[in-house]
Amino acid sequence: MELTVGPNQFFWSAETWSAFYEGLADAPVDRVVLGELVCSKRLPFYQDRIPEALTALAKAGKEAVLTSLALVTLKRERKLTAELAEIGVTVEINDMTALAHLPKGVGFHVGPLVNVYNEGTLAWLASLGARRICLPPELPLASVESLARAGTGLGVAIEVWGHGRMPLAISGRCYHARLHKRTKDNCQFACEEDPDGLEVRTLEGRPFMAMNGVQTLSDSYACADYQVEALAAAGVSALRLSPQSHGFARLYQLYRERLDGTLPAGAIADEVRRTSPETRLSDGFLVGPSGVSWSAVPALP
Amino acid sequence: MVMEIVCPAGTPAALRAAVRAGAHTVYCGFNDETNARNFPGLNFDRSEMREGVDFAHAHGARVLVAINTFPRAGDQSIWHRAIDDAKLSGADAVILADAGLLDYAARTHPGLRLHLSVQAAAANADIINFYAGTFGVKRVVLPRVLSVPEIAAINAETDVETEVFVFGGLCVMAEGRCSLSSYATGLSPNMNGVCSPASHVKYHDNNGELDAKLGGFTIHRAAKDEPAPYPTLCKGCFSAGGQTGHLFEDPVSLNAEQLIPQLQKAGVRALKIEGRQRSKSYVAQVVRNFRAAVDALEAGRPLPEGMLARLSEGQAMTTGAYKKTWR
Repeated sequence: MELTVGPNQFFWSAETWSAFYEGLADAPVDRVVLGELVCSKRLPFYQDRIPEALTALAKAGKEAVLTSLALVTLKRERKLTAELAEIGVTVEINDMTALAHLPKGVGFHVGPLVNVYNEGTLAWLASLGARRICLPPELPLASVESLARAGTGLGVAIEVWGHGRMPLAISGRCYHARLHKRTKDNCQFACEEDPDGLEVRTLEGRPFMAMNGVQTLSDSYACADYQVEALAAAGVSALRLSPQSHGFARLYQLYRERLDGTLPAGAIADEVRRTSPETRLSDGFLVGPSGVSWSAVPALP
Repeated sequence: MVMEIVCPAGTPAALRAAVRAGAHTVYCGFNDETNARNFPGLNFDRSEMREGVDFAHAHGARVLVAINTFPRAGDQSIWHRAIDDAKLSGADAVILADAGLLDYAARTHPGLRLHLSVQAAAANADIINFYAGTFGVKRVVLPRVLSVPEIAAINAETDVETEVFVFGGLCVMAEGRCSLSSYATGLSPNMNGVCSPASHVKYHDNNGELDAKLGGFTIHRAAKDEPAPYPTLCKGCFSAGGQTGHLFEDPVSLNAEQLIPQLQKAGVRALKIEGRQRSKSYVAQVVRNFRAAVDALEAGRPLPEGMLARLSEGQAMTTGAYKKTWR
């Protein structure tokens, strides 16, 4: 199985952003998706660095892919989405709007924020040129199996959310701005203080979600460690690792070794919990009763 | 042209009540997971749907069938059958969200009128026109993330009719793109047609205060004499950054009645009322009020004021994203 680094979901400084993508040049990953996914207001802070990062990653032998925005409403967001198709790099669509702008016959990838729940949608996207689909994190293993089978027949590689806080919702409203008694249009970039999202707790004090501007993420970090064999058996071609501000270099090493079979099931989870005891893990969307739950056992013995 | 009032009906009795109260159009669903209000005791079996359509047509009203969840991989035939049966029942259109279903409907039933569900969250003219060009979609229900000027801008760039929500429950997140509910409970609007389901709600006496839990997470706490709202995730009470409160949205519902003239100017064709889970008397009263409002508008009379205040007693109202400051 391959490793894909998904687009950074958070608002990082331009220096941090560049350092992160420079570091990926030597990483044992196959593919890097970059660009702005969550909020178009963040893009001007690092937009001029994207071409250089794309070139460096391509030179290092990685497949470099550009993401579309997750929710396109404003005129300038429509323009940004239209321009994506002209850059000459494979586009990962994360809002159907990008489909309206991609030239006919040009292959594209589909990100986890596009609703691909079934074979009909998969086949329709394949007919338009989809070559790779990262499934929505919400899907259970049974759906992953059906879709990977369908993808094989249509020449579409199927990817699954492997590690990181999961995107649970996107909104017109900015919750970071709301927390600071501001509106989205006058947000003053309240989200930049939280490089992995702001922890949201329930009334009994249990960590539950993470706030990231207009996006709401899971508090728990999805972790496919125990399900690698089941996903491989299903025909999944890649795991997606979602950027985080700390320990990412160690994380992709661990996943590479796990996929190569040199680490046993549970080794990644054990190390994450040892080095970062405050990190909660989940794989419940794949194999549990609810997304937040954690199996700690392989579905495939 | 008078604006079209599109009313919910969770039961055949509610459909008849809505039609008698003056609904131009009623929307409803089959009693299974193919629709986004998949609640016990609600919705229509196949013969009820045929009778409902006949009744509505006999009274000059239209029926739209919502098949607006996302089919489960391996089980698409359940959703395909729902589209086939909606067509057979004589329904005037189906309301779909899933691209695969739109593709199926367009190929299998070329004469069937297609509406794009709010669950598809088509939030700009480019994607709306793309759906129209690809599947022949005739109407789009706009997601609740747009302001009135943004709706006007969309209408200026598309021939697809637009329908907007004006009353009832309010999604805070872009519709069809939220899995908060399945993260906490395993059941979601997209996959199961339910959000924050009652089967996962528990109330718990906490030293005289009433805790409301969803999937084991306490997301509301009420003092003894306070009303305890239903624990819907996005309207729950949480803590973050040293603050505790309704961080995503207050427990409010949408009421855009006073914006009807602006919505008409913005080119909106139809006004949608949420609430297939509501009683037939509620539906009838909301319909009567909104019908009176659009008729007054058409006749050049002022809108009746505060007409729905009584129906929303105990619940705060918002105009949501229609006003830009909501963001």
